[in-house]
Amino acid sequence: MANISELTFPDDLNYTDEHEWAKPEDDVVIVGISDYAQDQLGDVTFVELPEVDDEFEKGETFGTVESTKTVSDLVMPVGGQVVAINAELGESPGLVNEAPYAGGWMIRLKPDHPADLEDLMSRDVYVELLKGLE
Amino acid sequence: MTEFPGASGLVLNEPLLWDKGKKGRSGFSLPRRDVESAAVDESLLGDALNLPDLSEVDVVRHFTRLSQWNFGVDSGLYPLGSCTMKYNPKINEKLAGLSGFSSAHPLLAETLSQGALELMFKLERLLAEVTCMDAVSLQPAAGAQGELTGMLIIRAWHRKEGSSRSKIIVPDTAHGTNPASAALCGFRPVKARSNEQGILAPETIADIMDEDTAGIMVTNPNTLGLFEENVAQISDIIHSKGGLVYCDGANLNAVMGLVDVRRTGVDVLHLNLHKTFSTPHGGGGPGSGPVCVTEQLAPFLPVPRVIEENSAYVLSEDFPESVGRMQAFYGNFGVMVKAYSYILSLGADLKKVSQLAVLNANYVKEKLKGILHLPFDRPCMHECVFSDKFQTERNVTTLDMAKRLMDYGFHPPTIYFPLVVRGAIMIEPPETESKEELDLFIAALRAIVKEAEEDPDLLRDSPGRSKVRRLDETEAARRPCLGG
Amino acid sequence: MRYLPHTPEDIASMLEVAGEKSLDDLFKTVPDDCRRARGLDLPEPMTEWDLDHHVSDLAEKMAAEPEYKVFLGAGRYEHHIPHAVSYLLGRSEFSTAYTPYQPEISQGTLQAVYEYQTLVSRFLGMEAANASLYDGASALAEAVLMAVRVTRRKKVALSRAINPFFRNVVQTYFRSTDYELVELPYLENGRTDVSEIPGMDDVAAVAVQSPNFFGCIEDLRRVGEGCRQAGSLFVVAFSEPLAYGLFENPGSQGADIVCGEGQSFGIPVSFGGPGLGIFASRMKHIRNMPGRLVGQTVDIDGKRGFVLTLATREQHIRREKATSNICTNNSLCALTAVMYMACVGGTGMRDLARLNYDKCEYLKKELPAAGFKTSFDSPTFNEFVVEFPSDFEATRKRLAEKRIVPGLDLAPYYPELAGRYLLCVTETKTRADMDALVREIVS
Repeated sequence: MANISELTFPDDLNYTDEHEWAKPEDDVVIVGISDYAQDQLGDVTFVELPEVDDEFEKGETFGTVESTKTVSDLVMPVGGQVVAINAELGESPGLVNEAPYAGGWMIRLKPDHPADLEDLMSRDVYVELLKGLE
Repeated sequence: MTEFPGASGLVLNEPLLWDKGKKGRSGFSLPRRDVESAAVDESLLGDALNLPDLSEVDVVRHFTRLSQWNFGVDSGLYPLGSCTMKYNPKINEKLAGLSGFSSAHPLLAETLSQGALELMFKLERLLAEVTCMDAVSLQPAAGAQGELTGMLIIRAWHRKEGSSRSKIIVPDTAHGTNPASAALCGFRPVKARSNEQGILAPETIADIMDEDTAGIMVTNPNTLGLFEENVAQISDIIHSKGGLVYCDGANLNAVMGLVDVRRTGVDVLHLNLHKTFSTPHGGGGPGSGPVCVTEQLAPFLPVPRVIEENSAYVLSEDFPESVGRMQAFYGNFGVMVKAYSYILSLGADLKKVSQLAVLNANYVKEKLKGILHLPFDRPCMHECVFSDKFQTERNVTTLDMAKRLMDYGFHPPTIYFPLVVRGAIMIEPPETESKEELDLFIAALRAIVKEAEEDPDLLRDSPGRSKVRRLDETEAARRPCLGG
Repeated sequence: MRYLPHTPEDIASMLEVAGEKSLDDLFKTVPDDCRRARGLDLPEPMTEWDLDHHVSDLAEKMAAEPEYKVFLGAGRYEHHIPHAVSYLLGRSEFSTAYTPYQPEISQGTLQAVYEYQTLVSRFLGMEAANASLYDGASALAEAVLMAVRVTRRKKVALSRAINPFFRNVVQTYFRSTDYELVELPYLENGRTDVSEIPGMDDVAAVAVQSPNFFGCIEDLRRVGEGCRQAGSLFVVAFSEPLAYGLFENPGSQGADIVCGEGQSFGIPVSFGGPGLGIFASRMKHIRNMPGRLVGQTVDIDGKRGFVLTLATREQHIRREKATSNICTNNSLCALTAVMYMACVGGTGMRDLARLNYDKCEYLKKELPAAGFKTSFDSPTFNEFVVEFPSDFEATRKRLAEKRIVPGLDLAPYYPELAGRYLLCVTETKTRADMDALVREIVS
C-alpha cells in the first residue's frame, strides 16, 4: 500500500467517504474511484456496472469492483440515472488502477438534483479524511 | 546449524493429461463381453469422445509426479488455524475401504445393511456424548451444509412457534460460511462486534437482540482462539427474547471432555469430522458436517434417521416436522467410518487430545510473542492469532512471511483471517504435532522475522524452492482459463 | 497413544514455557457454567487390532458384492474400479493435503483438478466445470438457485422423472425462499412431458434428468428448444454419467447448466457417500457459478501453474452475498473421477458404455421373455422399469436368501407405479448373473 503522499487527488474533482470521485461535465456527472481506493484494492480484476437507464438514489449501490481477494460496493455519490458506462473496463479492468481518474472512469449519470454535488468533499477535505485513516 | 525440513531437490515435470497418451492406448481392463451387441437408436448416439487415451503406466506416472508437488499432513506441519490439520490415522483408511462397506448400496433392505446402520447409530451416540447434546444427524456433507441444516432447523422451529423472524446475529469473527449459510436460509445477518478482549460481551448482544431476530451464530472457541467466556449469559439473553443459539463447532478440538456444549446454552451445533475427528482433508474434501441438537429441536432433523426398532436398526422418514433431505442418501458414510474408528481408538482420551492441542498453541504463542505482534495477549485455546504489525514498517507483510515459510518446509498458517485483525496470522498446532516439530517451526519463524529486517526482498521473492514461484492471480481472474 | 507424541517431559517443559502449572490450568478462561459435570462416558480406547476386528464385524453384516448380486441403481452405481485408481488415491500427498489456498505447494491438487474440470467439460459438452460440489442432489439444488440468480425469475420446473431424492433436496433448499417449484409430469413412454415448456415464460429453469430415474433417455433437444422459446435456462441433471459415453451429451443439445452425480467414475458405492457433485455451465454465467474454480496462469518465472480463481464469488470473500455457502467440497472424489477417466480413456469409455448398454438390454429382453412386462417404451441406459406380480414380496424374500436383490420397489416414491421395480445392470453383472436372476424369479 502506498503512502498518502504518493497518491494523486486532482483538485477539480469532488470526493465521497466511500473513496469515489465525481466530476460534473455539462449536464452529466462522471464517477470513478479514487487513487487511494485503487491502491487499497490492489489489481482490479472485474468491475460490475449497471445498465444504461438504471436509476439509483444517492447512497445506493450501483455496482461492485473486485480484486483477487476483495469485493467493494460502488455507491452513488448523488442520485440519478445512468446515461453511460465504461465498456472498456470489461476487457481492461486494470484501467482502474492505471488511470483511476481518466481511462478508469466507471459511469456517467444525469443527476436528479445537481446541487447535491455541493455536499461532496473537496480534494483538501478528502485528503484530511485519508490522513485520519492512516 | 538448524536443519529445517525445507530443502531444494529434483522435481519432475509432468504435462497435462491431454498432452500425453496416444489414441488406442488404454489403462482399463474392459470386462469380458458375454452378451450380443443390442440395437440402439443411432440418432441418439453421441460423437467420439474428446478424452485422452492413456496406458496404465502413463496414468500412474502422471499422478505420482503430481502428488510429489503437493504438501500434505504426512509431509509436515500444517499450522492452519481453525482447520485442525491433525494426523489422519491409517487404520481408519483401511476400515473405510472394507468391501462390506465400499460395495454396499444405500437402498438395500435394512436387514441387509445392519452393519452400516449400526455404525451410524453408534456414531451419533458417541458424538452426542462428546458434545452433551441430545440428538444427531450425520447427513450434512460438510460444515457449511451443517450450518445450512442448522439454520433450516431454527427457521422451522420459529415457524412452528408462529413467528417468521428475519434476522440472525453473526459475530465479526465469524467464518464466511456463517453469514452465507444464514443468507441461503433467508436470514439477514446482523453483525455483532467483539470487545477489546476479542470475545463477545453480553451487553452488545442485549442491544441487538429483538423479537425479529431468530438467534445467534457463535463459534466457540472463536476464530481468535479465545473461549467465548460470556456464552452462557449470551445464550440466556437470546433465549429470553425467544431466539435460538447456533454454535459453529469447527474448533471443538480445544474443548473435548471439558466443555458441556448444551450447558453453554447451545440449541444446535455442527461438527466437522474432517477437523476434530481426524478424517483426511483430501485437498479440499470430502468432509462431513453432522448437526447435534437439543431434544426440542430433534423433530426437525433431516430424514431419514437411523432408529432402533425391535433390536434392529432401521431408517425412518416418519418425522413430519423434518426439514427434509440435505443429500440424496445418508451423508458421507465413507468419512463416518473413519471418524467412528478414531473415536473408538481414543475413547475418553479425547480429553487429552484437547489438552495437548491447547498446550501446543499456548507454547507456540509464548515463544513467538516477542517477535510477532500478538493482538490479544491472553491465554488462548487451541489456536493463537498474530499480526504483521512489527514487520509492516519494513514493508514486509503477512503474505511475504507465509510464502517464505514454505522454503523452510512448513505449510503457512491461515492468513488474513479473522478479518478483525489486520494482517492476521492464525496458528493452530494440532495435538499430533511433537514438541520437536513445533520448535523447528518456531525457529523457522524466528529466522524469517530476522530476514524481514535484514533482507526483506528475500521474503518478497519467496517461495524459491517450490515447483512454481508466486503465481499471477490477477491474470487468472481477469482472463479465466478454466479448462484446456 | 500413537497419535499423541507428547512425553511427560515434553508436557512439563511446555507447561513451563506457557506459564501454567498443569494441563487443567490451561483452561482458566472456561467458566464453571460451561463445564461438563462428568467425564466422557466412552468405551475404553481400542487397540488397533480390536478396532480392526470390531469394524470388520460390522462390515460383514452387509450384503455386498461379490457374495450378493445387487441389481440396484437409483443414484448409486456398481462399476469396476481399476486398482491403479485406488492405489494412487492412497498417496497421502493427495489425501492429507488441505485446500490449495497456497498454490506454490499444492500444484499436484491444482493441476489434477484443472484436468478434472477439463475432462468433465469436454465429456458433457460444456464450457466450464467447477472443482466439485457435494453430490448430484445438492448440485441440482445449486443449479436451479443459479438459474434464479441469472434470470431473476422465481419459478423452477422440475421433471417428476428426476431422481426423487434429488428433488427432495431441491425442495429442502427452496423451503426457506419464496421461489416456487412446479412439477412436469412424465408420459406413458417414460419421458418427461415437455409440451408445456415453451409457454413457461415465468420460469427461471427447466430441469430434466437424462437418463432419468426410470433409465429413459430424455428428448433433450426438444426440451432445449422449449426453454429457448420460454427464455428459461435449460438444466440437465444426471445420476449415471457413463450414459454420455454412448449417448449425446447435454451440451450438444443446448444445455445451459449440467449437474449430477459422478460416483460412477471410480468412487465406491459406499452406502451412499461420499459422492461427487459435478457442475458445469456456459462461460457467460461463470460469475454466478457456485463452488471453487481452478484456473491456469503463470508464475513470476513465466512457468505454467494453477491457482484457485474467481474466488470473489465465494463465501470467504462475499459472505452473505456469495453464490453459495460451500467451502469444503468433494475434491478427492473429483481426483478419483479424473484418474478413472484417465484410465478408461476416450476410446475405452465408449466401449465400456456400450458394454453396459448391451448387458442391460439383455436383461431387458430376458425378463419379458419370462413373462414380465417392461414399463416404458423409450431407449434406456443401465436401468429400466419392470412390472412384477402383486405377490412379489415373497419372491423378494426368497431371492434375498439366494443373495440376489432384484431392483428397487418404486411404490414408496411413485405411488402411481406400485408393483413396478427399477432394475439396474452395469458391466459388473455377467450373463450368468442375469440368467440366475430370471431363473430364480420365475421358479
